[in-house]
Amino acid sequence: MAGATTMCIGIPGQIVALHEQQPGNAWAEVCGLRREVNIALVCEDKPEALIGCWVLIHVGFALSRLDEQEALETLAALHAMEEVEADVALFLRAGEGR
Amino acid sequence: MRFVDEFRDPQLAKTLIERLHQRAALLPYTAKKPMQIMEVCGGHTHAIFKFGLDKLLPEQLEFIHGPGCPVCVLPMGRIDACCEIAAHPEVIFCTFGDALRVPGKQGSLIQARERGADIRVVYSPLDALKLARDNPARQVVFFALGFETTMPVTAVTLQQVRREGLTNFSVFCQHISLMPTLRSLLSQEDVRIDAFLAPGHVSMITGITPYHFINEEFGKPLVISGFEPLDMLQSVLMLVDQVCDSCCKTENQYRRVVPVEGNLLAQKAINEWRGLGLIEESGISLTKAYQCFDAERRFSPQAQSVADDPRSRCGEVLTGRCKPHECPLFGSGCTPHNAFGALMVSSEGACAAWYQYRHQEAAIAESTSSQQKVSQDEC
Repeated sequence: MAGATTMCIGIPGQIVALHEQQPGNAWAEVCGLRREVNIALVCEDKPEALIGCWVLIHVGFALSRLDEQEALETLAALHAMEEVEADVALFLRAGEGR
Repeated sequence: MRFVDEFRDPQLAKTLIERLHQRAALLPYTAKKPMQIMEVCGGHTHAIFKFGLDKLLPEQLEFIHGPGCPVCVLPMGRIDACCEIAAHPEVIFCTFGDALRVPGKQGSLIQARERGADIRVVYSPLDALKLARDNPARQVVFFALGFETTMPVTAVTLQQVRREGLTNFSVFCQHISLMPTLRSLLSQEDVRIDAFLAPGHVSMITGITPYHFINEEFGKPLVISGFEPLDMLQSVLMLVDQVCDSCCKTENQYRRVVPVEGNLLAQKAINEWRGLGLIEESGISLTKAYQCFDAERRFSPQAQSVADDPRSRCGEVLTGRCKPHECPLFGSGCTPHNAFGALMVSSEGACAAWYQYRHQEAAIAESTSSQQKVSQDEC
């Protein structure tokens, strides 16, 4: 029953080509494998603009375009927190030595 | 995997956990009366157990596993209706895999298959559509199950069926809307939930606005969260920060996937297709224009109303009143291989997740302690 579930889990894939025969579909690469996905819910017109985009795929449909900028910003915020924590730890440890 | 691995960085997780411990110390909660954070989505429940996130939390915080698993909130009577439809000799009944084992009063869909019904597991409703194209002499019924994440997918499939003029395809509709489910949960008097982790993938469809009533009417903070460990830890920290700062709002941690307004194309597809005829507040039925694709109209299964079995405590687990292992049937009368309740069936059900990740630990701890006892006795 692998992969056949109602759970709202999505996997990220990159759109690499449009489907020649079926205009509502495209090819997405997921972990190095090409899979057909329906793109009706992520593009109304100009499907070629989707090529290269990352999308979130659920039960064979692309349901959201992944925003790379937002992903980078979330990670940057986490890294910034890490730096602050390291600074605080250093500061506190320096205090202990005195 | 891109957008996955980065959000599993152990060093960043460690930092987040340290920060969480510092901030949680400022909370007006204690180990005895912890802040109860309900993760609504079964996908989150699964991630919590898979990565052991609950064990990393400070003692002032506790996860409560919520009702956001479509098969966990599936009434037994609906499975009976599915089995009845699937028993028609002309029917090919298509379902997602996790609904196969859910017990109905007359057994599960697996048992119906053993009795000769043609029941197929599909990955996507488009697979069911293909079966309808390839088998014009058969009636293909798709078991449409799920929250807002899966609703637009059913909607687009039905639009395609209509375009192709297929007359041998219908859906058995068991879609559930999340917001009324949450409202009904919060309206129960003895439910004490302090904050919510909201499901990222339902939210990518609905957007952020529909959650505001949880802040405004019920005074609970809410953060929409992704599914990786860093996502969830950051979301918990955001909730703790809200409480520390005396705030109560809807925040979006999962901005890389969830736009503020949601997916407008998906919302349009759902609205075109779903009717106002709500079943038990949160159920969704088909609009008039699409009723010709309603499997219940086509096959008229008997109306089923099955009361929950009083021996199980599924309802209490779903509302955070009881932990899975506190149910008397857990691990004995109810296991993933022989489930008594739906929460033990899906891998995202709280009981199945607990069984998979904690039951073995408990067994190992038990055997270690008995071995120690033996070696002590030998000494």
